[in-house]
Parts: sequence; C-alpha cells; structure tokens
Amino acid sequence: MLLVLGGLWIGQNINLLPVDASANAPIYDELFRVLFSIGTILFVGIVGLILFSLVRFRRRPGQLGDGLALEGNLPLEVFWTAVPAIVVLFVGLYSYDIYERMGGMVPLGHGNHGSETVADQRVWGGIGSTQDSQTATTAGIPPFPIEVTAMQFAFLFHYPDGDFISGEMHVPVDRPVSLRMEAKDVIHAFWIPEFRLKQDVIPGQPTVLDFTPTRTGSYSIVCAELCGPYHGGMRSSVVVDSADDFDTWLQSNRKLPAAEA
Amino acid sequence: MTITAPQKTAPASPSLQPTGWLRYLSFSVDHKVIGLQYLVCGFAFYLIGGAMAGAIRTELLSPVSDFMARDVYNQILTLHGTVMIFLWIVPVVNGAFGNYLIPFYVGARDMAYPRLNAVAFWLIPPAGLMLISSYFITGAAQSGWTAYPPLSITTPATGQIIWILSVLLLGGSSIFGGINFIATILKLRRPGLKLMQLPMYCWAMLGTSILVVLSTPVLAGTLIMLSFDIVAHTGFFNPGMGGNVVVYQHLFWFYSHPAVYIMVLPAFGLVSEILPVHCRKPLFGYTTMVYSIMAIVVLGLVVWAHHMFTSGTPPWMRLFFTIATAFIAVPTGIKFFNWLATLWGGRISLNSAVLFSCGFIVNFVLGGITGVALAQVPFDVHVHDTYFVVAHFHYIVYGGSVFVIFASIYHWYPKIIGRMLDEHLGRLHFLLTFVGFNLCFAPQHWLGLNGMPRRVAEYDPQFELVNQISSAGALLMAISTLPFLWNVIASAFFGAIAGDNPWRALTPEWLTSSPPPVENWKGDPPLVTHPYGYGTPADEIDLNSASGSDLWRSGQ
Repeated sequence: MLLVLGGLWIGQNINLLPVDASANAPIYDELFRVLFSIGTILFVGIVGLILFSLVRFRRRPGQLGDGLALEGNLPLEVFWTAVPAIVVLFVGLYSYDIYERMGGMVPLGHGNHGSETVADQRVWGGIGSTQDSQTATTAGIPPFPIEVTAMQFAFLFHYPDGDFISGEMHVPVDRPVSLRMEAKDVIHAFWIPEFRLKQDVIPGQPTVLDFTPTRTGSYSIVCAELCGPYHGGMRSSVVVDSADDFDTWLQSNRKLPAAEA
Repeated sequence: MTITAPQKTAPASPSLQPTGWLRYLSFSVDHKVIGLQYLVCGFAFYLIGGAMAGAIRTELLSPVSDFMARDVYNQILTLHGTVMIFLWIVPVVNGAFGNYLIPFYVGARDMAYPRLNAVAFWLIPPAGLMLISSYFITGAAQSGWTAYPPLSITTPATGQIIWILSVLLLGGSSIFGGINFIATILKLRRPGLKLMQLPMYCWAMLGTSILVVLSTPVLAGTLIMLSFDIVAHTGFFNPGMGGNVVVYQHLFWFYSHPAVYIMVLPAFGLVSEILPVHCRKPLFGYTTMVYSIMAIVVLGLVVWAHHMFTSGTPPWMRLFFTIATAFIAVPTGIKFFNWLATLWGGRISLNSAVLFSCGFIVNFVLGGITGVALAQVPFDVHVHDTYFVVAHFHYIVYGGSVFVIFASIYHWYPKIIGRMLDEHLGRLHFLLTFVGFNLCFAPQHWLGLNGMPRRVAEYDPQFELVNQISSAGALLMAISTLPFLWNVIASAFFGAIAGDNPWRALTPEWLTSSPPPVENWKGDPPLVTHPYGYGTPADEIDLNSASGSDLWRSGQ
C-alpha cells in the first residue's frame, strides 16, 4: 500500500520532462505520469523483494541444509500471469486513448476532428496530402502550411504564404500548423522535444505532420535519425510567436512583390 | 575386422585431435573446446567493443566534436554496435555456453553435428577481423548497426560492403549453431530423458535456435539486396530508383527484434540454472517457465514494427504492434516472478554468481519497464531514436545478457578449469560493474526525455554535465574489467582446486570430473530426471528451527 502510494507520488511529482509547448504535449505528459507511476511501483517492489530475500534468506555460517522444496504454486502463477496481463492491457488501451486524443488514429486522407486534437498522422504523397492540409479544423482556422525540406545537414522551411525560405521555423501560437515534409537525400527525423513530436522524413515518401503550438518561446528542432557525419550538428530552432509578432515576421520576410505592394 | 576395429580406434580417437593448449587453436570437434573458443574469442571482441565504447564516451565528454573526426565517430559507433551484438553477446550466450552445456544436459557425448559446429565457430574470427580491419584499411561502415538505406547506400561503399560480408558470415555461423542445437536437444537425448525433465537452459536454447533459424535468413536476404543496391546499383531500397526504404526497415527488424530475444533468452536459461543451485531450492514453476519461453518466441516474431513507429506506419499496424509488444511483458514477467519465488525461502549463498544474477534481475526489470513504455506509440514518438532508447537497450543487453555472462563464468569456471575463482575479487568486480553500469546508463533516460538524440558526436551544451556523469560510469565499467581479468588468469594457475562438484549441484555437467574428459563421462552418461531436486521436503523440516511463515508457505 505504502509502495503504491509512494509510486503514485513519485510518478505525479517528479518531473523529468522539458516544458510542454504544443497541444498534444500535456496529453503526452499525462501518459508519462501514469507509466512512470506504474513503473516506479513495480521496480521498487521487485528490488525491495530481492533485497529482502537476499538478506532474510542468506546462508548463515554453519547452515548446510537446503531451502524448502517448493516446486511451484499454481494459484500464484495464475496470479502473476493475470495481474501483469491486466496492467498491460490497461496501459495499452489507455495509450490508445491518448493516441486517439492526439489525433494519431485518424484514417489516412481525412481531416482532424475535435478542437483539442492535433493530427499526428502520416500522409503519403498522392493520397490526399493537399486535401488534408486544406481541411479546416472544427475551430474554423485552416492549418498554417509550411513546407519542410530535410537535407544533409539542415532543415529548410519554405513558406508558401509569402514564398520565401527560412532556416529557422516561425509559427504562430495557438494555431494549427501543417508541415509538409520531404527529404532530399537520406532519412532524417524531425523532432521538437518540447512538442513531444517526432516524424521521420523519408526520401520518396512526402509526409504531413500537424500540430498546434501553445506556448511562445524558442525551442530546438533536432534531427533524430543518423544521417551522416554532421548528424549531431543538424539542429535548428522553432520560434513560437504571438499572432502579431508572427504577422510582422511574415511580412518582413515576404518576397519582393509583397514588399513593393 | 568389423569386430576389432572399434576396439582399436576407441583409445586412439582422442589423439586424432590435438591435445594440450594447442587444441584451442585447432579445428577441434570437441564441444567443450568449441565452447571455450567461443567464450575466449567473444571476450576478446568484448574488450575491443568496450574500447570503442570508451572512445564514444570520451567524445561525448564535451558538447562539441573534438576527440575524433565526425565520420570516424560514426564508424566507431557502427563497429561498437556490430561487435557487441554479433561478436560478443550472440556468440557467447549461444555458442559458448550452448556448446559447453547442452551436450551435458541432454546426456550426449558431443553435439549432433560436431564438424558443422567447428565450422560455425571458425567463421567468427575471420569475420570479426575483417570487420575491424576495414576500419584501418578503407574506413569502416558509418551508417550505424542498422545500416538504414539510403544512408548506407550513399556512405563509402567499401566499408559498407565489408560490414555486410562479415554480418553475413556471422549470421551463417549463428544459423549453423541454431540447427545444431535444435538437432542435439531433440535427437540426442539420453534414452529415458523426457523433454520436460531437461534443464531450463535447454528450453531456452531450443526457443532461441528456432528464432535464429526462422529470422536470420531474412536478415541475410535483406543484406544481400542492400549489397546489390550498393554494388550493382539495383533499386530495391533506393528511392531514386523507385525503391522503398521502409521495406528495408521491416525486413531488418524482422530479424533484429528477435535478435534481442536471441541475446536474452539464453541468458534467462542460464540464470534458471544458476539460481536454484545457490539457493538450494528447486526452480520455481518449471512448467510455466517452459511455456513462457515458447510464448516469448512466438510473440517475439510479431513485434518488429515497434522500431518503426515514426517511419510512417499505418495506424492499425501501430495498434497491433503496441499490443503485441506490451504482451511480451507477461511471459517475461512470469519468469521474473518465478525467479523471485526461487529466491524466497532459500539458503542463498551470496557469491559472485548470485550477485550478478540478482544484478541482472534488477537491471532487466528496469529495462523491461522502459520497454513496455516504449511500446506505447505516443510515448515512443517522443523518445524514439534518443538516449532514452540507448539507455533502455543497454539495460536489456548489458544489464541483462552481459551480467548473466559474468554470473555464468563465476558459476561454471570451476567446472571448465577445475579451480575456483577468487570470491573477493568477484564481489569487487560485481560492485564496480553494477555501480558503473547504472551510473553510465540511468542518466541517459533523462537525456533522451529532454532532447538528446542518439548517435550524435555533438549535442546541446545543456546536457554536458549529465553526459560527463555517464562517461564517469563508463570509466568505472572499464576499470571493473581489471579485477575480473586478473581473477580468471591468476585463478587458472593458483586458484583452489574445485573438485568435481563444488556447488553440490545436480545437473549432469557436475557429475563428472573438472575439467571433464573428452566425451564427457567415463562410463554411461548419468540419467538426471530431476535437475532441480534441491531442497528439504516440508515434512522433514525441523519444527524447532523453522519459522512460522516457512510452515505456512509450505502448507499451501
């Protein structure tokens, strides 16, 4: 009992994660806390049991006899088969639920649903990626499109709205963003730890990644798939701007036609 | 003539093989010699792979790439992974202990195919030397041990081709070994010995060998296709020519996830042999242990895509592989609870073999917990390809398999050499290894959660301190090898004489001299139908010395 309470306390109160900065990150953290609590209970319990056994049942000097001839115990076996099975099933269903809330189970080629969801879905080129990026969310805001190109050893961000290329990604806060990603040479992976998002960018397989940033600030974009000698240096940053700042930034970078107008 | 021939050749047959230390460098067909060849050869590669790990941890002391060139760093990390998996853990937990113990356990005088056995071993040194020399001659492969295309197609071709050739040879060795184990366990059992009377390590090796035979050919085929892409410019995995790189990942992980079980199932078997002897208790739940091994084998074949949750796999596939992966925890959990129950109520000798076995349980439980977490798609999407994964699998393969290898060496050294190892040095070795290992890998969980990807030579400066702690742990692990090396070398000459059966064990390898003669027993092999028949039956317990809980438990 003490173990369970202690495990729950540790799981809920010790934070090992960076700040959350996207709509799906708090949902992720919820799952993390549950897994962390269950893991702590199990780990501390088993280590405690081992230490207790090693101390309590150690061979004392002068003892020559054997231990008890216990060959097995069917009810116990059933117990420790059933309990982990139930726990694992619970964790599986719970994470399925979490994943659905993140929008990961959305069938290919369909839009998001629910204002709180962030689609994390993968869409192959030719299977309606254009349709997807134009699908409005229920909140009525169309996702802001950015085209991401990954190459050895940089990410390039092309803004169709303004037709310019940036080395740093700027996104407006609280507005869905839709990344249309493409790799030029080898596999890269687009990871923003604070967004709890990662997607491999695979040559020959254009991919869409949707998310909604919720916290302004500057966060790292990390390549998480070995892509060559400078893989470790393949980092960029994403700046989450307030809506006004973002518009200013967008205007100042807009290509000449806009500037002339 | 037909009558006299056996009489004449019988005494002469040992001399057909070299004797003395030279036999360890020969094409010997004696399973014990081959087992030792695997063990010593594997350990030599472990030292090489460990030196590479040291180089990696030195590079990661600082956030900038300053210790070695970036492409050299990628070569080193590729070689480190390949050497540790294919030249150390797989050959040692399967080849070394399998060859040494399985014929004893089934009551045979050798493996089913002794010559194939020798061939399987002798594929390893050339393959290993070829792999490592590629670093000096042309530059080694630099696309990681996973060799994902298109990176493996675009990096320098010679190193990659040599890598493919040596992994093919090592895979071949593994398949030969697997076939041999299956045949030996099923066909060479001493008459009267039933399957359900075999020591648990036989079951573990049977399960492992099934995995080896089913999945290694898939890796071989995949790597041959990859080499065609590199050499002949075919387009299996080249997206520029209409190939699909994700197909490679599916095929690769179809072998390489079962490979994890090829590395840990034998370790499970070895622990099941060690614990009952030193706890003086029967192995708890023999039947469920057998079924859980077979469940792990079946489930282990259908979980590979959990390595690919960020590679654009369709949702139904993610759901299936999440559930399948998480369910492996159930049979694995059964095994761990059975070991805990084996410890419970025993008369445990706290020697090095038991300490390493318990260290294994602790480490593996942590690795298993992070494994179940990683099986959950939303969790994995964040930490995939980060140091969290690095920490997880080192807890499984080092904290799991390598700890068991050390436990096994402490347990079987008296049988193999005939002399005891020094216990004080053994405990020092355990202490240094356990502390060093956890200091090295536990902080890496945090690194991964907070944004450090794996396989990088340079990283965000905010992670510098934790990386230095991790490197200090790695240094401790390197130092921990010294007392061990001294112990095994010095004890071979100066150790106390072990006698035939220093642990008072019941399994057949202890029922012969130490070291055992060629063909294992003088006279008939013993028939051991209760390999775990330790313990005092409950009705013989001295009521005055037993505690109430002992009686209560025995009454169940």
